[in-house]
Amino acid sequence: MPFEGVPGLVETREAFGETALVVDPARLVEACTLLRDEHGFEMLVDIAATDYLGWGSPGVSGYIGTAQGRNLNRPMTQGLQALPAPKPKRFSLNYHLLAIQPGAPRVRVQVWLDDGEPVPSVLSVWPGADWFEREAWDLMGIPIGGHPYPERLIMDEDWEGHPLRKDYPLGGEPVRFSGEE
Amino acid sequence: MALPVARPGQQDPIYEGTRIPSPIPTVLEVDPAVKDTDDILTVNFGPNHPSTHGVLRLIVDLDGEVVVGVHAKVGYVHTGFEKNMEQKSWWKAITYAPRIDYERSIRIQVVFVLAIEKLLGLEVPPKATWMRMLLSELNRIHSHLVWLGTAALELGAISMFWYTFREREMVLDLSELVAGYRMHTRYFQTGGLAEDIPAGFYPECRKFVEWMPKAIADYDALLAKNEIWEDRTVGLGLLNRRDAIALGQTGPVLRASGVDWDLRRDDPYLYYDRVRLHVPVFPQGDTYDRYRVRIEEMQASVEIVDQCLDRLERLEGEPWISDDRKVVLPPREELHTSMESLIHHFKIVTEGYRVPEGEVYVAVESPRGELGCYVVSDGGARPWRVKFRAPSFAALEATATMVQGAYIADLIAIVGSLDTVMGEVDR
Repeated sequence: MPFEGVPGLVETREAFGETALVVDPARLVEACTLLRDEHGFEMLVDIAATDYLGWGSPGVSGYIGTAQGRNLNRPMTQGLQALPAPKPKRFSLNYHLLAIQPGAPRVRVQVWLDDGEPVPSVLSVWPGADWFEREAWDLMGIPIGGHPYPERLIMDEDWEGHPLRKDYPLGGEPVRFSGEE
Repeated sequence: MALPVARPGQQDPIYEGTRIPSPIPTVLEVDPAVKDTDDILTVNFGPNHPSTHGVLRLIVDLDGEVVVGVHAKVGYVHTGFEKNMEQKSWWKAITYAPRIDYERSIRIQVVFVLAIEKLLGLEVPPKATWMRMLLSELNRIHSHLVWLGTAALELGAISMFWYTFREREMVLDLSELVAGYRMHTRYFQTGGLAEDIPAGFYPECRKFVEWMPKAIADYDALLAKNEIWEDRTVGLGLLNRRDAIALGQTGPVLRASGVDWDLRRDDPYLYYDRVRLHVPVFPQGDTYDRYRVRIEEMQASVEIVDQCLDRLERLEGEPWISDDRKVVLPPREELHTSMESLIHHFKIVTEGYRVPEGEVYVAVESPRGELGCYVVSDGGARPWRVKFRAPSFAALEATATMVQGAYIADLIAIVGSLDTVMGEVDR
C-alpha cells in the first residue's frame, strides 16, 4: 500500500503479512491524522507498549524478586540460539489501526522512545485513545505529552514504578504481615 | 456494505454531531456553573456492586436523579497476566490466557494460540480448526447467556436468570465433556487440539443445537415485547455510528449502532469464510438494540455450530493436531519405542519450543468485539511481550458518552448493556 506520503515516516516494514510504519514521534499526530483522513483508518484498535530492555541477552525476562533484592534468573537452557536484531531505542509504542472497509485493512504505527521521552497524545485524532494512553503511562511508564488527564489507570495513584517494565521485579512485592516488612 | 460513518449532509438517525465529552473523552464533567452548588450529589457506585459485573467503580454526580457527571475507575483486579506470561514458556503461557476472561475463555485461548501459530508459520489440521470454531461459537452463546441473565436480573426480570443459566449449564457440560473442565479449559494446543474429540460429543452437541433455538425464542418471548424491559432499555444509552467508531467500539455495541462490521465475515480467520454467517445489525444505538443484536447472534451461532458439526462428523479419524515434532508433543505410545520421540518430548516439556523472532497482531471477533493479541518474540522459548486488546476495555470508555442525561437507575442498564468483564479490562 502506498504509505510514502505519511509525515515523519522513517521506515515501512512488512512481516507476517502485517505492515508496520515506523514514525518519528514528533510528527506522530500529523501522521495519524493523515492515516485517518486519507487512508480511512477510522478506528484505533489498540495501543501496545513494549519494553526492550535487555533484548538479546537471555535471562533478563526472568527477573525474580527475593527478600534480598532483585536477582537475575539463571538463563538455563532457555537462552537464545541467535541474537535478535537490535532495536533502535528502549520502548516501542504500537498503534494498531483498522479501516472499516472491505478487506479490513490494518496497519501498525510504531514509534521508538527512550526512557522518559514523551510521546504526543493522539486523543485529538481518536478519542478512544484515552485509556490506552493512560495504560501505557501507568504500566510501562511512557509519558504522554498533552494528555488532559495523565493519571494512572490500573494501579493506585500512589503506586511506585511501572509494573510491566522489564526491570520491575515479578514477585518482588513485600508481603504484608509477613514479619519481613 | 453500509457506509460506516454518516458523512456531512447525511442524516444520522440517532443524534446529530458528537456527544463525546471534551477535553477528556472518558470523563463526563459536571457543568462548572453548578459544580459546587447543593444541587449536585456525588455518589460512589461500586467497586463491589453486583451490577458492575466484577469490580468497576463509578463516581457519579447526580442532579436529582439525573446523571450529570461520571468518572470510571478500573484496576481493582489487575493481576499482571501479561507480565506473568512473559515468564512462562509459550506452551505454559497458553494456560494463562483463559483466566483473563472467565466468561469467554475459549476465545482468548484461540487468539493467543493463533498468534503463536502465525509466528511459527504452523499449519493446523482441518479437524482442529473446525473444532476451534465450534467451541468458539459455543463460547459466544455461553457469554451472551450470562450477559442476558445478569442484565435482565439487574432490571428486575429475575426469571430470565434461571432460564439462561439452564442453557448455560448445557454449554458447560459440553465443555466438560470435551476438555474435562467447565471453564478455563486448556484444550487448544499450538498446532491443534490437546486431545481428540471424545466419543459421544457430536450427539450431545446435536441435542443442544436442536434445543437452543427454542430456548432463544423463549427468551425473546419473555423480553422482546415486555413493557417494563422496553421502558428500561429503548432509547437509552445512545451511541451513534461516528462516536462508536471514534471510541473504538467493536462487536455488539458497534453493530447496535448501525455499523455492519463483523471480523468473522470481513476479516475471516479459522474457517469462517466457509460457513453461512448472519451478521445482525440494528440502527438505533440504544440498550434495546444491543439486546437484539445479542439475541440474534446466539441464533446465528447455533447455526454455525450446526455447520461445524456437519463438517466434523465427516472428519472422523483425521488428525487433530499438527505433526511438526519440533513444536507438538509426540504421541504418548511412541515414547516407549522411539528414542527420538522421547528426546523431543523432553525438550518441549522442559525447555519449550522456540518461536521465530517477530511481532504479530491477531484479532478475532469475540462475543464482546474485537479481541486482539499483540505478541513479540525474541526467538526464544518465552514470549517477550504479550498484550491483549480487550473489547471490554474499549467498551467502558464509551460510558461517559452514553450516560449523558440518563437517570441513575438507567446507569445500571447502560453499563450492563456494554457487557464488560473486569478481569479482561484490568488483566
